[in-house]
Amino acid sequence: MTTKRTFYIKGMYCASCVYSNEKALKAIKGVKEAVVNLNTGKATITAAMPITNDVIKKAVESVGYEAMIGATDKEDSLDEKIKKEKTKELKNLQIKTSVSLILAGLVVWGSSPGLMNTAPMILKNMVNHLILASIVQFWGAYDFYKAAISSIKHRLANMDTLVVIGTTVAYLYSAAVVFYPGFFESLNLKAEPYFDVSTVIIGLILLGRFFEAKAKAGTGEAIKKLIGLQAKTARIVRNGKEIDIAIEEVKLGDVIRVRPGEKIPVDGIIIEGDSAIDESMVTGESMPTDKHKGDTVIGATINKSGSFLYKATKVGKDTMLAQIIKLVEEAQGSKAPIQRLADVISSYFVPIVLMLAIATFAGWYVFGPAPVFIHAMLNAIAVLIIACPCAMGLATPTAIMVGTGIGAEHGVLIKDAESLETAHKVKTIVFDKTGTLTKGQPEVTDIIIKSKVKNQKSKLQLKSQNEILQLAGSIEKFSEHPLGEAIVKKAEESKLSFRKVERFKSITGKGVEGLVNGKKIYVGKLLQGSKSHSGGEDLKNQGKTVVYVYIDNKLTGLIAIADTIKDTAVEAVKSLKDAGIEVYMITGDNKQTAEAIGKQLGIKRENILAEVLPEEKEKKVKELKSNIQDLRSKIAFVGDGINDAPALAASDVGIAMGSGTDVAIEASGITLVNKNLMSVVSAIKLSRQTMKTIKLNLFWAFAYNVLLIPVAMAGKINPIFASAAMAMSSISVVTNSLLLKKQKI
Amino acid sequence: MDKILVSILGLLSILFTYWFFFMKKQNTVEASGSINILVEGGYKPDRISIPFGQTTKLVFERKDSNSCLEEVVLADFKIKKALPMNEKVIVEITPDKKGEFDFSCAMGMFHGKLIIR
Repeated sequence: MTTKRTFYIKGMYCASCVYSNEKALKAIKGVKEAVVNLNTGKATITAAMPITNDVIKKAVESVGYEAMIGATDKEDSLDEKIKKEKTKELKNLQIKTSVSLILAGLVVWGSSPGLMNTAPMILKNMVNHLILASIVQFWGAYDFYKAAISSIKHRLANMDTLVVIGTTVAYLYSAAVVFYPGFFESLNLKAEPYFDVSTVIIGLILLGRFFEAKAKAGTGEAIKKLIGLQAKTARIVRNGKEIDIAIEEVKLGDVIRVRPGEKIPVDGIIIEGDSAIDESMVTGESMPTDKHKGDTVIGATINKSGSFLYKATKVGKDTMLAQIIKLVEEAQGSKAPIQRLADVISSYFVPIVLMLAIATFAGWYVFGPAPVFIHAMLNAIAVLIIACPCAMGLATPTAIMVGTGIGAEHGVLIKDAESLETAHKVKTIVFDKTGTLTKGQPEVTDIIIKSKVKNQKSKLQLKSQNEILQLAGSIEKFSEHPLGEAIVKKAEESKLSFRKVERFKSITGKGVEGLVNGKKIYVGKLLQGSKSHSGGEDLKNQGKTVVYVYIDNKLTGLIAIADTIKDTAVEAVKSLKDAGIEVYMITGDNKQTAEAIGKQLGIKRENILAEVLPEEKEKKVKELKSNIQDLRSKIAFVGDGINDAPALAASDVGIAMGSGTDVAIEASGITLVNKNLMSVVSAIKLSRQTMKTIKLNLFWAFAYNVLLIPVAMAGKINPIFASAAMAMSSISVVTNSLLLKKQKI
Repeated sequence: MDKILVSILGLLSILFTYWFFFMKKQNTVEASGSINILVEGGYKPDRISIPFGQTTKLVFERKDSNSCLEEVVLADFKIKKALPMNEKVIVEITPDKKGEFDFSCAMGMFHGKLIIR
């Protein structure tokens, strides 16, 4: 007897959590199968005997999680929790920002020289200013204090430390002025509080944080979009009946029914029916793809026309969509080499600014004009407030987030930030020919009817190329040769019916023959004794394979077969050349064929590497790499990811062209989900644009701090202006990253 | 007179700031199997030594509402994790290289180190 138990596991946040739980559950004596789902937190075990709750709990606990048996509702998933928290945070920030700004406005109205006269009496009272400023200081800036204090405990300093010190100094000074005006007057100071400084700074910085938080939410949209693509249910066929089940419960080998307009739940292979499928959301390919029996379908894509049945071949974390999400998440968690410097600087930055502020205070106090204390204090505050380490910290990661996200939308999956960075330096791209630049399947390209064939007496009136194709196709249908297959395919595409063939014979190394309507038809190599045909020689020079068709031993026609180039290949090569990239082609083909293809593609003759054995490709790539003089320029290899793995790994950036539903290709830095060669161009463009954004961000962030801190030290910046500039600088960095979305790639 | 005093105090404050932030004692905590890391104004502990080739669980728990700390990035391991408040978030790593690896918040303001031995 087998029993099934389903329960929830609390605390799982990663794929490895699933693995360790499954392992622990499987280790329980009697358990045959254990399936744990990360998204739902649900675990199901199948066991040969009843398993007690305690045993399950212990097993789950042993790997550091908690089993909730009998719980009917799952706890909120991590995403939901974060979403709730974010919404709360934004709401909270919005309230604090608006209240602080209004109160700051009231203080400014009641205290600035020109405006003061129009303000009601109540706003001119300094004690009332103190009350308003206290609300802003201790309620509005509460989170700044909290963060600053907990950092100080660790002997660390951050943005909040600067804001807190700056505003607290202004606030405390002003409060002292309100309580002991006589003391300040005795020191020859005007008893004037600076509540406007403390409140406006806090208001503006809160406003900056609010916009920054809103903009930052936009940088992570791609992952959310991808997760949202997933179907919720699947209609599976079980025991002859169609039932709807949750997508998490779909198992390998399940047969699934998909009707027009529905989302395909998981990856699989069509076993019955045909359809056109819109795969744009996953592959970026805009045209729907026709799919027939035996074709692979991808989960989360949309079935446009027909209804079909398919067998699930990949479920859960193995589906293409799940792999894409994982890849994008990993890329966003990685660090671009360019960021390392910003990281080092930002970790020393805040304490240095603190020291500079102290120096500013002392400098103005000792050398500045009277009243020295006021000048010293305001200028030191300006230094503290204008420094913006956040802009430096945000410069790279936000651009990487947006860049990798846009890539995913276009079917360009970037493995890590480093690959994205390296790709912008690519000056040489080596393409593998077969299957990358070409379709990888031989196709009939030309059919020539030998002139002067006047076979009037024959029943076979040779009127058209179609008839040659029909005859050759009828014979080749019995052969298994790849060239024969190409002829049969072409005949089928031309909707030709095959003739009845008798006495079929395959002549090894030569061709095939048979009788059609009593006539002997031979399809194959040029027969001995017959003159070679000039048209045939031309076709051969174009790199094509020529098959000769004889009727009753007379040469009647020629069929040329070649591996044709992909529709997008010429455009892609041209775009890359226009972008200043040297394009190479590498192939095992002979020189003649390779050069012919290269010519069609517009690749320079000297850039064609022909007759290269598969195992030598890696060596060739290394050779090219060592020939590059400029150390900053990089080399990319574009191949299929399976046979070309060593060459992909040997290049600086391996670009793997999509093959099936496996996108996590170890050797590649960039994986293209679709077969469109323009994606290579997109990948390079994306990399260049992202790096441009990062450099611009870093430039502004650094220039801003490097230029404005000295200006503030020199006493040229009012603290209020400093807070506005600071708030603007981090917003502008995030906004600049978001602008990447508008770029055409 | 007061100018001299301010100069001296200023200099002392600068020295103090330097000492306070840059001359911290580095305490390395050894982790075996699993380690709890408190996320509050930084990471505690912030230097963690973990064994090479063994799976170690880093259990982050954020107690600080500062939005800077809402994500932790272990760039060398390609991990970026959101840390909801007061939630234990487990990051499992199995180091396949030795050396010192930085981890930080998403903005790179707070840092910690993993020492793989």
